[in-house]
Parts: sequence; structure tokens; C-alpha cells
Amino acid sequence: MKPEDMIEFEVNQLLEAINFRYGYDFRDYSRASLERRILNRVSLSDLGFVSEMLPKILHEPDFFDLFLRDMSVTVTEMFREPQVFRKVRQEVFTQLKTYARVNIWHAGCATGEEVYSMAIMLKEEGLLARTRIYATDYNNHSLEIAEKGIYPAEKVKLFTQNYLASGGKASFADYYLAKFKSAKMAESLKEHITFANHNLMKDQSFAEMHLIVCRNVLIYFNPKLQDRVLGLFKESLIPRGFLLLGDKETLEFSQVKSSFEEFAAKERIFRRLIHV
Amino acid sequence: MYEALVIGASAGGLHALTSILPLLPYDYPLAILIVQHRCREADSFLVDYLNERSAVRVKEAEPGEMIRPAHAYIAPAGYHLLVERDKTLSLSIDPPVNYSIPSIDVLFQSAAASYKNHLIGLILTGANSDGSLGLKMIKDYGGFIIVQDPLTAEADVMPKAAIDKVVADKIIPIDTLGHYLAECDYVPEISVAKGTLHE
Repeated sequence: MKPEDMIEFEVNQLLEAINFRYGYDFRDYSRASLERRILNRVSLSDLGFVSEMLPKILHEPDFFDLFLRDMSVTVTEMFREPQVFRKVRQEVFTQLKTYARVNIWHAGCATGEEVYSMAIMLKEEGLLARTRIYATDYNNHSLEIAEKGIYPAEKVKLFTQNYLASGGKASFADYYLAKFKSAKMAESLKEHITFANHNLMKDQSFAEMHLIVCRNVLIYFNPKLQDRVLGLFKESLIPRGFLLLGDKETLEFSQVKSSFEEFAAKERIFRRLIHV
Repeated sequence: MYEALVIGASAGGLHALTSILPLLPYDYPLAILIVQHRCREADSFLVDYLNERSAVRVKEAEPGEMIRPAHAYIAPAGYHLLVERDKTLSLSIDPPVNYSIPSIDVLFQSAAASYKNHLIGLILTGANSDGSLGLKMIKDYGGFIIVQDPLTAEADVMPKAAIDKVVADKIIPIDTLGHYLAECDYVPEISVAKGTLHE
């Protein structure tokens, strides 16, 4: 038997161990990406086999922390896919303005770029004062970065371009403080954001939401976990509440499909129906 | 018997793909998975253009989709395309690999782990070395390796890098590559499979 034929078995053991020891259940993640990340860590840590990670995971919490970081590295940026943010500003906010109080949940917020993007738009549309944004992730390391809201200065150019393309009404420079080689997001935005640890794999719904943003998270889950998470979103949304997914994500094959209507198909904005 | 053909293309890839896919028959026995490097904002032009000219169905890969023969799945701009062990597709927005998203290595390595020795890997024109590691893994699993003859490539860096990294089973000029793949003569089992498909 070749070493590569044992990888599947070794990864199964590793995921069992992680679930047993730390209560994180990655067994319902899409396997191909997960294996790629695990094999990267094997190589970075100068290990020969996936199974050599097993004792380290079980007995070295710091090593597990590394694993968690590996698992949550994704590519994100402010106003990623500006046309989506433009649509939210133009169409979804019009609806949100009819509520006295607005709750928004960014599920799987990673390092927070999209959370601040949303806060900026809310501010420009006069909605921020009555809005509470809950930004959650299972990874405390990502959450720390999100909460600090400090991003590398070299990204500001891209952020600014995206901001303008999304229909920004002021100057992006109004929303951050340039310091050394970084940009720190304005405190006035942060006041309306609550950062918290929430694990989509096992945690429950925690408040009633008017809008849930969860982009490019479901692509990492298998259909079973996708259904769990979408069920959680349905439960958390008020009737007529909005769900914003990533541009390759769909409700088409999910159990909650009949509970939502397409609000803006191209931008992947769905709306919860009233009676289902 | 071979089940899938993975193709990696970069600079000059549109022309190369256009000289291959339209020659494949509508009942082509393999599933085809393609990474063509392009900018993240790219629209559906590539997919539409190839689909209009091909008998096999060319479409953008969707997450969770079952992989089927006679279909060519193209990685969406800005996403890595991966093959799951149950022969479904998945996407990721993990960091770029070889400065590329989608990356050829990411597709090839995941496809190799899933299809093992039932996979054919093909590297076309390109100006970087993405795909070489993936090709090596396909080889390690006993798959079949084809590289476009660098002399016929608009950009020869990628096919050259591939040839440096692995011993290719075939090096074929672009003008005969499509016919070669369409005939399915390169592996006896496929000729048999093609025959049974018509019964």
C-alpha cells in the first residue's frame, strides 16, 4: 500500500481526535480543501505523515491552535465583489430602513473586512445608529484581528477602489486612521459591532436578525453541515429577513429552499418567506 | 480504465483549448476538468465561447456537482476547483497557489487523490510553472501524463516545467492534440469503453 493511500484513513483519525479533545467537529467539512490544508501543515512542521500530527494535536494545545489558524485562512477584502455591496446598499437597505432597530449577523466573519464594509455603508445610509452588527467566527485568532480592525496599508488601494465601485458616497480615507504601515478602522464604526466566538458546527441561534451575511463559508461544508447552518439562519431570520451568500453558493439543493425567495439572484441575496 | 481528464492552461490557453475541445465527440467517455488562469473579475466569456463550439457540454463548475463524462467543467474565476473522493466538485477561496487562483496544482492534486490511476493529466501553454507538482502526483498514482509540445505553445514555460518535473507519457503538438484525445487510441481500455458506449 502506498503512503498516499493511507491519507484518508489518517485524516479520519485526526478529525476524530480533534473532536474528542477539543469539541471541534471538522468531519462534515468538504474533504479536498481540508486535506490540502492538513498536508500543508504536515509539510510546514517537517513531519512525514498526517498521523504524526495525532500526538501533537492530542497533547499540545498550541499545535491545535496552529491547526485552527490553518483552517480559517481565507481570501477576503473590503467590499469584495463591489456590485454585491452596491445591491445591498440600493435594495436591501431600503427595506431595513422600515425597521426601528436592525440586527445584522456576519457569520464566519474571518478577519472582519466585510463587517467594516457593511458598517461604512450603514453609516452613509443613515442606518448605523440603529443597527447592531454581530460579527462571529469560531476562530479566536481571526476574531482578534477583526476586533482590532487594523489592516496592512498596501491593501488600502484595493479597498478604496472596491469602496468606490460599490457606490461609496464619501472618501474611504474618512473611515480609517493611517499609522505606520497600517490602516486602523475608525472607532465610530466599531461601536456598533459586537465580536463574538460562535461555532457554526455546533452553536445555536442567539438573536433575531434582519440580515445575515455568510459568504464563502458554505463552500467548505458538506451538504449535511450546509443544511444545519442554513437551518440555523432560517431560524434566526425574522420573516422577510435577508440572507446574503457567496457568489457560487446556492439554496438550490438545501432543505430550506422552500422557505426563501430569490431577492437578487445574481448577487445571491435571498429573502425569508413569511409563513414557512 | 480512465475516467477523467484534467487540463491546465495559462497564457495562450484560450487558443489551445479552442483547438482541443471542439474535436471531442458528444459521447466522450471521460469527464474533463479545466483550470484556465484568468483574472478574478473574468465573466462567463470563456465558458460560453467554448461551449458554443463544442459537442461536449462545457460549463462552469458548481460546488457539490456530480462529475459526469462528456462534460467539461471549468474552474470559476477567483476560485480553486477541487475533486472530492465521491467524484463531486468543490470550490475554495483559499490563498493563491503559485500566485494563481484557480491553481492547476490544486485541481490536479485533488483529482489524483480521487481518481488515482484512472486519471489523465494534460498541461498546455503557459508562462509559469503551475501544474508541475500536480502532474507529478498524477504520475505517482499511476495516471497518464500528456504535455503540449513546447515548440507549439504560445508560452512554453509551463509545458517545459512540466517536462522537467515528470516523464511525460506523450508530448504532442497542439495541432494534433485534439484528434489524439478524441480518438482515445492512447489507452486500449478507452477504445473498449467507447465501443460499449455506442451499444
